[in-house]
Amino acid sequence: MLPSRFEYHRPDSLEEATHLLAELGDEAKVLAGGQSLIPVMKLRLAAPAHLVDIGRIGLDTIAETDGHLAIGALARHRDLERSDLLKARYPVMAAAAPLISDPIVRNLGTIGGSLCHADPAGDWASVMLALQASVVVRSTRGERELAMSEFLQDTFTTALEPDEILTEVRVPQPAGASGGTYLKLERKVGDFATVATAVHLSLSDGAIERAGIGLTAVGSKNLQATDAEESLAGTEPNEAAFAEAGRLAAEASSPVTDVRGSADYKRHVVDVYVRRGLARALEMARAA
Amino acid sequence: MEITIKINGADRTADVEPRVLLGYLIREEFGLTGTHVGCDTSSCGACTVLLDGRPIKSCTMFAAQADGREVTTVEGLLRDGQLHPIQAAFKQEHGLQCGFCTPGMMLTGSALLAENPSPSEEEVRWAISGNVCRCTGYMNIVKAIQAAGREMAAGPAETADATVAS
Repeated sequence: MLPSRFEYHRPDSLEEATHLLAELGDEAKVLAGGQSLIPVMKLRLAAPAHLVDIGRIGLDTIAETDGHLAIGALARHRDLERSDLLKARYPVMAAAAPLISDPIVRNLGTIGGSLCHADPAGDWASVMLALQASVVVRSTRGERELAMSEFLQDTFTTALEPDEILTEVRVPQPAGASGGTYLKLERKVGDFATVATAVHLSLSDGAIERAGIGLTAVGSKNLQATDAEESLAGTEPNEAAFAEAGRLAAEASSPVTDVRGSADYKRHVVDVYVRRGLARALEMARAA
Repeated sequence: MEITIKINGADRTADVEPRVLLGYLIREEFGLTGTHVGCDTSSCGACTVLLDGRPIKSCTMFAAQADGREVTTVEGLLRDGQLHPIQAAFKQEHGLQCGFCTPGMMLTGSALLAENPSPSEEEVRWAISGNVCRCTGYMNIVKAIQAAGREMAAGPAETADATVAS
């Protein structure tokens, strides 16, 4: 299958890229790893007149700075998967990375590309909702930072303007006693999630300070289970509290019945996975 | 647009439309048909080639993106007419039946061995989880990759035994 014709541009720098986008506007799509965009173009569900290949402009570092983890938009899933920093300090991310698609796709796919593609079945967005991350976007007009919840708007729709490029993802540094995980149910490796949950917990004096819960593939976009999160804030972490959170998270999700399962089944999995994720997060937070 | 790709060690130039996928360039323009187009929807891995040493799906990359970079196809495993240990191992361990997935499996396997010279069964299965096989049930593919790893770790003297008369 061949995409429709387009003009190809490969800037050498972020500055060159933003100038190109300023010129081309909504006629252009940004090409990063291409692991979501190219399949969509091959099916001709997208047919941009111009592609701006930003694959060689850098923006791929993963480092803690200024109280947060700064991840370059072009950090490949495979690099995040292998990061010792993530394994040590950002367990939700470390758990999610190896579960994205398959190892070959992970060699090219990028975190920025995944977030901008905004597939409700995409994994990183749920993780970023749970971690209360933000994104930095740049254009010739300047730079702005948006909370993930603000950035994600609808199915395949973000707050990104046509002339903007996502340059960085910012994740708050973990509080002392915290933990979390990402649980994903898929029919086979490489399939989209049937259901997945990102769960993060931070404790303060043994009680829950904050819970973050992000849900994959159970709504028109990645969902933040705010009712469930609020039910946990300030409470004693126990099975009853987790069961209530699971129930609320399942209620907040709106999965559709499809080849991967019925809506009821998926809602049930949300409940189970949130409870299970919270239990794991607690174990980790206590051990920290 | 004109692009130059170093394929199996040799620079090759082509004039392509930006929308031409790397896998099609490799097969149709460069005549290297060991790389197979299976699903064409990024799911099966039959089109796997190495880009700067890393497995990628050549049906999901524009040839233009590979401009100025190095690509290894299954044909590039052969060195001076001698089978690469991984090719010999696939033959020895019967790691193929129809052979359609095999180029991708061997390239993914060789990339794994470069990173992890003696992978466990689980590590091999994890590494090849982007390459689908309809024939073998994967067991002999795993054995072949592990056998190649042992062969390569054993050193040049042992590797010579892995060559097979064509």
